[in-house]
Order: sequence, then structure tokens, then C-alpha cells
Amino acid sequence: MSLYRDEAVVLRTQKLGEADRIITLLTRRTGRVRAVAKGVRRTRSKFGGRLEPFSHVDLQLYAGRSLDIVTQAETLRPYGERIVTDYGRYTAGTAVLETAERLTVEEREPALRLFLLVIGALRTLCTGEHAAPLVLDAFLLRALSVSGYEPALSGCARCAAPGPHRAFSVPAGGVVCADCRPAGTASPSPPAVALLDALLTGDWLAADASDPGDQREGSGLVAAYLQWHLERGLRSLRLVERV
Amino acid sequence: MYEGAVQDLIDELGRLPGVGPKSAQRIAFHLLAADPADVRRLVVALTEVKERVRFCRICGNVAEAEDCRICRDPRRDLAIVCVVEEPKDVVAIEKTREFRGRYHVLGGAISPIEGIGPDDLRVPELMVRLADGTVTELILATDPNLEGEATATYLARLVKPMGLRVTRLASGLPVGGDLEYADEVTLGRAFEGRRLIDV
Repeated sequence: MSLYRDEAVVLRTQKLGEADRIITLLTRRTGRVRAVAKGVRRTRSKFGGRLEPFSHVDLQLYAGRSLDIVTQAETLRPYGERIVTDYGRYTAGTAVLETAERLTVEEREPALRLFLLVIGALRTLCTGEHAAPLVLDAFLLRALSVSGYEPALSGCARCAAPGPHRAFSVPAGGVVCADCRPAGTASPSPPAVALLDALLTGDWLAADASDPGDQREGSGLVAAYLQWHLERGLRSLRLVERV
Repeated sequence: MYEGAVQDLIDELGRLPGVGPKSAQRIAFHLLAADPADVRRLVVALTEVKERVRFCRICGNVAEAEDCRICRDPRRDLAIVCVVEEPKDVVAIEKTREFRGRYHVLGGAISPIEGIGPDDLRVPELMVRLADGTVTELILATDPNLEGEATATYLARLVKPMGLRVTRLASGLPVGGDLEYADEVTLGRAFEGRRLIDV
């Protein structure tokens, strides 16, 4: 398979040489792939604005040894066009892309569920039907879940005793009961934990109606949980605009 | 591996952007064979660029004095400021001879994925420049890519309450290109920004 075709979301672009770019893609079938787009920075490039971050594209690629080469590109949905018109959505969207890149540790390892989550998050950011920070937190929780790091939000993360529990321990993997609670564990407000549960299960009615204070607290928990599992913080998370 | 000075030169040249080990070797041997006067001119140019060049305290462009040539020029319109990402962009716009205002060089674009936020650019300096009311129009000429657009959106939102006229460079079809090869985003923008032909 020297030439192959796949659908992808552009996660990141880096300059290469005089007029090329390395495009990091999350593809539907092949997982994360890095490919060279030759001459893409020239104004008369055949790719034009198709290979910008957030773009959902249909690509033909030539499989190389370390980097593939983009030979053809067609836009399916230019999500970036709409997202970039609102700075809050842009910063949240960038954190979505960076998380997707970080959660796909190995290149070319299929990650269909993550791909679908990214597309879903970008589409929702585009429509603006929910607040951008909430869309981001919902994506982060679900992306962590499909990667095998689903937080326990009702039963105790250690002994599975049915909840609700007051303490939330990032290293333990979610809420913990009074008996399992490690020393120095935070006790977030119950509505903040309920919000995380709503975001994870897709109960948008409850999430949209939540209190801004609880949203901030929930975002803090998600960020801490994400950082723990990624081992290194997300660079873009610091710049996300919160309510 | 070569001996001493030749290898040092190859190593140093190899650290330049876009110069690989083979190119570095080729340049090093070219310099070795070149006329000593030519090499000396290169040495002087390299030393001077580090010693003499600094950044204009008004616009952030490269300059040889406190202020750059454009900011010192009394014929330039003080009411219009054009915001660009890099000093290279100033040169590109100057070549068009269409713009008679002054510039503001940000030093990059907002790129959260690289960890670059508004505070890492010369945004506070821009706000200080706009505060005294001399400037009436701000032209956002950041790159027409995602980071550039995001930077423009951010600045527009920041500056709008000051009551300035904020404009963005048009984007659309490149002169001399074929319509069929234009991507959907560019062609869509060209339609959006179409204008009336006066005959």
C-alpha cells in the first residue's frame, strides 16, 4: 500500500524547509499519521487552505518510511472557519486537538472512537449550542474514557462502594469513599461532580443549566485528572478562556 | 570528519535553518576557496547584525536606531496602524507601495498548541499605542492561516470597545491562478468579499 486514502482531522501543522509543512493527522482508519504537504505555504499551492488545523479532509497519501506525503486533499468540513471567529471556541478547540495528539501515543494505531469524538467536539464547537469550556470538558472526559482512563464519578474508585461520595482523588481515579480516602484528598462540591457525570454521559440539559462556579470547579478537576494521566500538562489548556 | 577549524565551521553552518550536513560541507568548502575579502565582508555583516540591529521601540520592527525608518518618517500617516506578525511582513507590504501608515509587529501569532498566548506577543505595547487616540484605523494583516485568523479575532475583540475602525485584509483568489484549483474555504471567502465593478 504505497498510496492510500483516508479521512482525517488536521491536528497540528509545523513548518518544514522553505515552503512545506508537516501535518499531524488523526485519521479514521490509520490512527495518528504525520505527513508532509509539499509547497503548502506557497500562495498558489494546490492544497490552499485545506490543510489547516481543525479541517476534516479526505486525503490521498503516499506511505513513506517515517513521514507520509499528502498527494491530494479534499475538504469535507472546514470546521476551523467557524471556530476561529470566536476566540473562546478557538482556544477550547486547540485543547481538543492537542489532547487527541497526546492520547494517540503510537503512530498508525487505529483510534476510531477518538476520531469520532474529535469530529463530534469540533462540530459542537462550530454550532455554538453549548458553552465552549463545557464542550471541551465533555470531550476530555470521554477521550480519557475511550483511552481506558474513565474516572469513577459515583461508586468509590477503590472499593466500588456505591456513592455519592464527597472526596475526589486524582491518583485513585475519581471519587473515593470515606474509608478509602487518601490523606490530603480534595472535597469538591457535589454539584461539580454531578456536572462531570452529566458531561461524561451526555446529559446536556443538566450541564447547560449548571452554575458557573461549579463549571469552573469541574474544569479544574478535569484538568488535574488529564494532567495526571498524560504525565505532562497540555500547553493549550492554560490559554483556554473560561467563563 | 575533518580536522579542527573546517569541522567547526561545518558544525556551525549545520545549525542554520534549512542547512543539512551536506549543504554545510559545501558552504564550508566554498568559503575556504573564496577570496579573503569576501569572507571578511561576511564576517563584518554577521557581527554587525548582532551588534547594531535592535527592535524599534514603537513598532517592534528591526531597526538600527531607537526607532525604525518607517516610524521616523514624518510623511507616514499616524492615524493608521497595520498589525503584522513578523518584520518580513512589513517588507512584503512595503513592496506593494499601497500603504502609507505605520506598522505594529507582534512577533508571532497566538498558538495555544505551541504554548504562545497573547501575553507572549507585543499586544500590551499595541494597547499602549492605541490609548492616546491618535490612531483611528487598525488594519489586521496577520497571516491568512488559522493562527493568524485567531490572532485577528482576539485583537478585534480587544480593540473594538475603543471605538476604532478595525479592518482585516481581504482574502480570496490569488492573481494569476485558476479558479478550479482554489480550495473551498478560499473560494467561499472570495464570494463573501466580492465587490461591485464600476463601469
